[in-house]
Amino acid sequence: MTERQHIFDHKKNIKRVLRALIVLCVVSFAVDFVYHRHVVHPFEALWGFYAIYGFFACVILVLLAKEMRKWLMRSEDYYERDD
Amino acid sequence: MTDLPPFLLFYAAAIGAAILPHKARGLSMLLVPTAGAIAVLQLPDGLSVQLTLMSITLEPLRVDQLSRLFGILFHIGAFIGIVFSLHSKDRSQHVAALLYAGSALGAVFAGDLLTLFLFWEMLALTSVFLIFARRTERAYGAGIRYLVIQVISGVLLLAGALMIYHQSGSLSFGHIGLNGAASVLIFIAFGIKCAFPLLHNWLTDAYPEATPTGTVFLSAFTTKVAVYALARSFAGTEILVYIGATMTCFPIFYAVIENDLRRVLAYSMINQIGFMVVGIGLGTALAMNGAIAHAFNDVIFKGLLMMSMGAVLHMTGRMNGSDLGGLYKSMPITTTLCIVGAASISAFPLFSGFVSKSMVMVAVLEEGHPVVWLMLLFASAGVFHHAGIKIPFFAFFAHDSGIRTTEPPLNMLVAMGIAAILCVAIGVYPWVLYDLLPFEMKYSPFDGSHIIAQIQLLVFSAAAFAWLKVANIYPPELHSTNIDIEWLYRRLAPKWIRSIVETMKPAQESLSQVRQKAGKGMMRWILHHYGPEGTLARAWPTGSMVLWVAILLGASLILYYA
Repeated sequence: MTERQHIFDHKKNIKRVLRALIVLCVVSFAVDFVYHRHVVHPFEALWGFYAIYGFFACVILVLLAKEMRKWLMRSEDYYERDD
Repeated sequence: MTDLPPFLLFYAAAIGAAILPHKARGLSMLLVPTAGAIAVLQLPDGLSVQLTLMSITLEPLRVDQLSRLFGILFHIGAFIGIVFSLHSKDRSQHVAALLYAGSALGAVFAGDLLTLFLFWEMLALTSVFLIFARRTERAYGAGIRYLVIQVISGVLLLAGALMIYHQSGSLSFGHIGLNGAASVLIFIAFGIKCAFPLLHNWLTDAYPEATPTGTVFLSAFTTKVAVYALARSFAGTEILVYIGATMTCFPIFYAVIENDLRRVLAYSMINQIGFMVVGIGLGTALAMNGAIAHAFNDVIFKGLLMMSMGAVLHMTGRMNGSDLGGLYKSMPITTTLCIVGAASISAFPLFSGFVSKSMVMVAVLEEGHPVVWLMLLFASAGVFHHAGIKIPFFAFFAHDSGIRTTEPPLNMLVAMGIAAILCVAIGVYPWVLYDLLPFEMKYSPFDGSHIIAQIQLLVFSAAAFAWLKVANIYPPELHSTNIDIEWLYRRLAPKWIRSIVETMKPAQESLSQVRQKAGKGMMRWILHHYGPEGTLARAWPTGSMVLWVAILLGASLILYYA
């Protein structure tokens, strides 16, 4: 018996999600050129500040976390073994 | 009737749950938080019940806006947790959960430090059974460590309280502020339960080892009681701003590389408490309201996420990101509800986390802490990354693990459904919650600038995740343990103790040799004097005895007249 195909079993649906994400990125970035956000701090006034900060925050987070693995990762039963 | 402390109802129900059969137990457990919540809503502001015990005045019930708001919150949390655990046949867990929820209520309505201490310890003693109830060796070890650390926190609180009583003659649980040794002890006691950096590891150690239903209760009460206590006693203490900012940032790194998804949520919990701690540290009306509202929302959305992972664990017996995936095919409702929780914790506009987190963020900038603000913004992007995306992605999507299961029992779905509805309701119509907040403030929750900024932050964080995943840079989920501060007491200290015992061995051996020699020498000396041939064993003539007595008497006579 073959199993029913689900939505993400089709590669094109994954591509659609990614494309939708790109469109959202472009649109939300473009809003900055149209809508004037009121700001408390001068950082915030920069064009696309939140977008760029958000993107780089996540990339740096993941790259640093990957680096941390080299120092901190042990086997799953690390605390159970007595050596 | 109305001036009975709310914990009594839960304690009484716990006794009932210990006796009643399964169905009646479930019904009575549902009635308790419902009736309790109605009673709490009717408690008048400013109500104080006092009793004198051996000349010490205790205040087991103090009602004001702050204690009532947390009281309502804990009733909601208890209700959701109880619905989620209705299917369970494990009586001990039900009894423990009721006692635990009751203790949390006892603590928030406590008006003096001694009553607070009592419930502070009861929280630890009752909740540990939710960890033991997993009945694995790992859970047992984690439970014992949890208990030890929680009890230490209680002992520090008691010591601080007694010092304050000694100095001021009052045990009142109000604003304390950091001044002097007693206040530092209490601050650390609160800090342990609040999972301050370096004092946080009990949380990430114990919560993921508890039962699927136990973790839901655990995530609701202990840390929120600590947040309440901080708000009560240390509002406006500046160091909290920096402690809180650290709490928002460091756990997200661990969350990214952690495999156990409930442990990811435990780290993310520290991150969320960080926002509350920052708000309390600022101490302004907006910041305090933001912190309290965020605590309220966190109980519900973190509960929802913990429940969705609990449901996965309950149905599949697995909790590691590396072993899961593709569950959206067989658990579509759970997947959807989990995504609602994920959207709320990530502070998507129209979900519950958005307004409360924005309040803290705005307050941080208004009070002139731009660096802290950048840290919180980093953490906001990070929380979306690890809790908002990673949790649903690795459990329900990612690669198909081949696991085929079904939706969890109906009561679990209902509990998650209630939490999800609350997340959306508070998100869409925040005034239900904001009118209950204790401080006067002017704040418009749906400000265009905040909404756009938040959407940009989130959309681009999602883009970063997608890019890292597609480009194969994203670290894979691996079976592993990541070393955290617990290494000091789980690895280093035992190792030192063992090595000290090892190095002491020769010394101990030589010591026992010396002891043996000394023993032999003493025996020889005793034998010399008292043995069959010894001096004192010889038969002495009576004459010499009489002579000596005469000499002694003569000497005393001379001394007497001299």
